Amino acid sequence: MHTNILSKATYYKVAVLLGILLAATVVVAQFDLGVLNTAIALTIAFAKAALIVLFFMHLRYSWPLLRLFAASGLIWLAIMITFVLADVLTRK
Amino acid sequence: MSATTAHLAHQFDDAEQQFAAAELGMWLFLSTEVLLFGGLFCTYSIYRLWYHAAFVAGSQRLEQVLGTINTAVLLTSSLSMALAVHAAQTDDRRGIVRNLVFTIFLGCMFLGIKGYEYRQKFVEDLVPGPNFSLTADQPNDNSREGRRDKNNRAGQPPYRAPSQTTLTTEPDVGRVELFFSFYFAMTGLHALHMIVGIGMLGVLLVGASHGAFTPEYHTPVEMIGLYWHFVDIVWVFLFPLLYLIR
Amino acid sequence: MIDQLAESRNYLNDDYRFRSWLLTTDHKRIAIMYMISITLFFFVGGAAAVLFRLELMTPKGDLVLAETYNKLFTLHGVIMVWFFLIPSIPTVLGNFLLPLMIGARDLAFPKLNLLSWYIFMLGGAVTVWSIVAGGADTGWTFYTPYSSTYANTNVILMAVGVFISGFSSILTGLNFIVTTHTMRAPGMTWFRLPLFVWAHYATSVIFVLATPVLAITLFLIVLERGFGIGIFDPKLGGDPLLFQHLFWFYSHPAVYIMVLPSMGVVSEIIPCFARNRIFGYKFIAFSSLAIAVIGFLVWGHHMFVSGQSMYASMVFSFMSMLVAVPSAVKVFNWTATLYKGSISLETPMLYSLGFIGLFTLGGLTGLFLAALAVDVHVTDTYFVVAHFHYIMVGGAVMGYLGGLHFWWPKMTGRIYPEWWGRLSAGIIFFGFNLTFFPQFVLGYLGMPRRVHQYVDDFQVLNVMSSAGASILGVGYLLPLAYLIWSLRYGKRADPNPWHAKGLEWQTPSPPPKLNFTQTPIVTEEAYNYPPAPAPKKQAMS
Repeated sequence: MHTNILSKATYYKVAVLLGILLAATVVVAQFDLGVLNTAIALTIAFAKAALIVLFFMHLRYSWPLLRLFAASGLIWLAIMITFVLADVLTRK
Repeated sequence: MSATTAHLAHQFDDAEQQFAAAELGMWLFLSTEVLLFGGLFCTYSIYRLWYHAAFVAGSQRLEQVLGTINTAVLLTSSLSMALAVHAAQTDDRRGIVRNLVFTIFLGCMFLGIKGYEYRQKFVEDLVPGPNFSLTADQPNDNSREGRRDKNNRAGQPPYRAPSQTTLTTEPDVGRVELFFSFYFAMTGLHALHMIVGIGMLGVLLVGASHGAFTPEYHTPVEMIGLYWHFVDIVWVFLFPLLYLIR
Repeated sequence: MIDQLAESRNYLNDDYRFRSWLLTTDHKRIAIMYMISITLFFFVGGAAAVLFRLELMTPKGDLVLAETYNKLFTLHGVIMVWFFLIPSIPTVLGNFLLPLMIGARDLAFPKLNLLSWYIFMLGGAVTVWSIVAGGADTGWTFYTPYSSTYANTNVILMAVGVFISGFSSILTGLNFIVTTHTMRAPGMTWFRLPLFVWAHYATSVIFVLATPVLAITLFLIVLERGFGIGIFDPKLGGDPLLFQHLFWFYSHPAVYIMVLPSMGVVSEIIPCFARNRIFGYKFIAFSSLAIAVIGFLVWGHHMFVSGQSMYASMVFSFMSMLVAVPSAVKVFNWTATLYKGSISLETPMLYSLGFIGLFTLGGLTGLFLAALAVDVHVTDTYFVVAHFHYIMVGGAVMGYLGGLHFWWPKMTGRIYPEWWGRLSAGIIFFGFNLTFFPQFVLGYLGMPRRVHQYVDDFQVLNVMSSAGASILGVGYLLPLAYLIWSLRYGKRADPNPWHAKGLEWQTPSPPPKLNFTQTPIVTEEAYNYPPAPAPKKQAMS
């Protein structure tokens, strides 16, 4: 159950990727793309989060139960947001 | 008695079991944190949907450059935290200490910048409450006269009551104040988590400098590392959602 | 020989110093500490009920002021929900039994367990402080914008007390989940686990995923009250319904926190007192999980008339019907377990049978409420009050009492007086129905809830209800008396006075500090009750 030992190089590569994504977020935000702004910003945020979770937090190399535990918070949050929006967006 | 058995708590049969329990426990705890912040994110989403213009106006009063720097600072601190765990895994005692120190340093830098931002908001009257005011392009007049003038609004309500309900296009002062409530609530809760994190890293640092962590046993470093990364991820979402609304 | 057993070292006499209790990390001692705490809170919440049931004996509001009445039912709800029902079975029976049932020496995180109790007590202290300071009058549901803007009572203090107690729940749930995953004895596979453990696992999932949302909701109330910003105030652009979404996202699953553990208790008691294998083990296990999961998808049924969209209401109504299915599966399975069993009616069994009947009634009326058209008429009436009391009192509390009696010999090493047990169970059952059945009728006839005065026509039913409440009160005081009596004068218990199956019965009563002298190895299925005639149970006085 002990995590694999990732190389330092992997960590540095992930960090560089994160930096590039950060730059992308900021650059895109300078332009007005309407709804796309939020969509792109959130997509990039999820990508950054995924990198951190999979590599820095070693979830890529973990046992399935751990990944389930990690996912459960997000899934439950999705339930909350979905159902609340289902109400808010369908009110007259 | 090896390093592992020295750390084996009485309720566990072996080190594997103890580590598995620690991992499960920490990830479960992080899931609870997702829901804690999630409640704020959910509420925020509804109001952003309804009061988009006000949220844009509020977002523009935040300092994007500082926010970007802070994001970079936190991402780097995640790197150094991961490297600290790596150092523990590879029996690099100096490495653990060095990386922990760097992580703490970056964490404090983040808080320092945040503190500066908060102070700016206070000076510009953007803290929700009776003093909230949207008079734009105010000079940063920190003199007593400047502050007295700002407060000289006796008898006036701090905001107009909104006349329409949903989807106004005019940034309503009350709704911009709502934006700032979310700004302070979300970044404040995040900062609180950062402070706790830095505290725990400090404890780790003390242990690490005494050689407490070995490749066989460095569970606290990994677990607190998970917490630290989580707090970073929260910021990764907070940054675009608060600073980059267009 | 039995006396020798009694004098041997167990978790109770291991160390007599006071600080050995206050600094204990032994799950059994922590369970006892919780037991004492929640009993105290129960009587505080009960005292409020006595007062308002007295008020309701007459149609006029003549005993207390309207605002006082509001504070009384708020107090009753807050204390009973957060400081009695939600902790009850998990922190007392769950804490005590979970490690024993899986063959472990303790929970995964014993120190966290102790911290959990201290946090609970801190939350309780703050809440009691808010009551002493004058209380809050918002109802336990803290609806906005009254609670956030207009109330001038101690809302913030009470909200903070509840906020703190929430962290106690989260830690307990976390502990249970990790323990169940990682610390089962060799041979204790998932499908050999007692259903009590499955029930607590499902409950813990809810603890962990729902409670943080309560925390943030109360935090937002405090924020709004403190700074006057318009999160929930419509005058300032806020949406009160948003509060209700967040509040019920936690509070509906919370009711499953309150009932699932009871179901776990019933699943243990029925097979033992029917001397029969449980019918449909896997169905019951999966139903517990199903209730926990589906329970998160129904919260909007509390908001049918609050302004929620029709579309969302329909979805929530449908999901609410769905959540009844796994509960019904359990009721059928327990009943089937009785079939061709060798049934004996000791106190735990009486409580369990009572649970099945009363929970069924409560659950059915829940379905009536889930139907949109019916709900429009009976929402916010005594119909709802009766419905949830059937589940929470007729269900959860009876389950707690049944479990307390069943495991009393294990926890204390003493046998309680059986005839007093049966008598009290009967009094409680009678008193409970007299209190709450009339409330179904009252609600149907239109009496609103949370009012201190009412139309004359409703008086007869209200008097019946209040009479029932006084009987119920007596019924609750009796176990308090004879259980305490048994600690000194009760017969000393064997390891297995009920001849029950389960690892907890394979160790002395009370258990030694580390539970087992040797880690047990599990080779048989759960509830392996033989078809032979029932052996004579240890003689009850």
